Amino acid sequence: MKLLRELGDNLRSFVVTVGAVSLFFGRVLGQIPRAMLRPRFVIEQIFNAGALSLVIIMTCGLFVGMVLGLQGYDLLQRFGSEDALGTGAALALIKELGPVVTALLFAGRAGTALASEIGLMRATDQLAAMEMMAVDPIRRVVAPRFIGGVIAMPLLTVIFVSIGIFGVQLIGVQQLGVDAAAFWSQMRSSVGVDDVMEGVIKGCVFGVACSLVAVYEGYTAVPTAEGVGRATTRTVVTSAVLTLILDYMLTALML
Amino acid sequence: MIQPFSENVLSSRQQTQWIVELRDVHYSIGNREIFSGLTLTIPRGRITAIMGPSGTGKTTLLRLITGQIKPDSGQVLFDGIDVSNLSLRELYALRLRMGMLFQNGALLTDMTVFENVAFPLREHTKLPHSLIRHIVLTKLQAVGLRGAAQLMPAELSGGMARRVALARAMATDPDVLIYDEPFTGLDPISMGMIVRLVRQMNNALGITSIVVSHDVEELAALADMSFILAGGKVAAQGTFNELKGHDSQIVHQFMNGLADGPVAFHYPAPEYFEQLLA
Repeated sequence: MKLLRELGDNLRSFVVTVGAVSLFFGRVLGQIPRAMLRPRFVIEQIFNAGALSLVIIMTCGLFVGMVLGLQGYDLLQRFGSEDALGTGAALALIKELGPVVTALLFAGRAGTALASEIGLMRATDQLAAMEMMAVDPIRRVVAPRFIGGVIAMPLLTVIFVSIGIFGVQLIGVQQLGVDAAAFWSQMRSSVGVDDVMEGVIKGCVFGVACSLVAVYEGYTAVPTAEGVGRATTRTVVTSAVLTLILDYMLTALML
Repeated sequence: MIQPFSENVLSSRQQTQWIVELRDVHYSIGNREIFSGLTLTIPRGRITAIMGPSGTGKTTLLRLITGQIKPDSGQVLFDGIDVSNLSLRELYALRLRMGMLFQNGALLTDMTVFENVAFPLREHTKLPHSLIRHIVLTKLQAVGLRGAAQLMPAELSGGMARRVALARAMATDPDVLIYDEPFTGLDPISMGMIVRLVRQMNNALGITSIVVSHDVEELAALADMSFILAGGKVAAQGTFNELKGHDSQIVHQFMNGLADGPVAFHYPAPEYFEQLLA
């Protein structure tokens, strides 16, 4: 009986949260046209979410690519088909690893920054002060950050994938001696535009999800030091879980 | 200069001598009743003090007046307009006529002092840069911080931050300035500066000032009219001298800073003796 009640409570709070997030999403979407009228703020946020995440994205992309080169080579040489390394690694990066790992890194780097920034603005009355100055914080603070994240995420994905493929090539071709011509030509002949599109679509969807989670958690944070800390943690956890669930759903849809 | 809002909200009506009226306001948070039939009127063009022991809902009162929260029942009128019946858009229009000074200033931390004061102008007007610069420097000069225009909020002392916030609240030339605990945590010099500024803003510009505080001494020198809130209602009202001579116990305790009285020194607890023996 107790178990049943707890289950019911959890289910209810889940539904309430989903509803609250949807309403919040609606408010943000409603303010986007007006926020776009002042592109300077949006560009600033693309810089914050995108350019400032570049180093971590590029480093991780390189190493993921290099690992993929080692593992892929080890796997493929058992079947004597090392030349397929380029195709395999590129498909893995473009369709799966690129968008997913980028989203996880994005949540950790840009998402937490967004959530804690907005949460601290809440805790120090800055959002209330804006409301008192008749400025809607959703339009002035939340919407530009959301758009910035949504634009930055697919761009970061593309960069991650490019560096990743470079990393595969570095290990596979330069070090393990896969034939360079076979590596590149097989990749070019078997990776199609639809594969690339799949990766980009995933990047866009993850970008919307991770940015929304970050701004929502920050905006609704309990205005204390502890509350902001918890909002930051929840941003990473929720973004990661959501990314993986969405990844499965998108993959099932697009394959 | 200001975005098109409905006329009736924006224009000052000047009909009555009261700029803010609360009529029989009830408000509860959860099961805790904050106000039970609060009725008070704040005169136009004067400095009004709202005092009371901690936890009597002074800040809640400000949030009601500014429409951040709505009363459970009763009316909150700002210049004759019922604040709780406004749409968000109308409420925002009305708020252009109110300036609010938050306890810690609430300056936007990612902008300089100059940009903070310019913020409401940039958001609500299409004034040319040169004119905005002119207005901002005038406002900063009034609070004595023109020289600090390029500093970041983190570089300011508590008193300076509050003066910048005052300049920002003044930027759109509001009819009413609302101060939430403006003296808390300031050294005597900064406190004196704030007292002087509140007085100046009121005298020179005819702005109605509402000051929420429990610093009895500072308010004595400042307020034309004072309210003491206790138990969800107005416990006493009048000029400072009238309050000093008020015969209610809670007013007496508050005005004289007594440790025990209707507001008990001890938080409610079981019998001391019994708890020690248990």
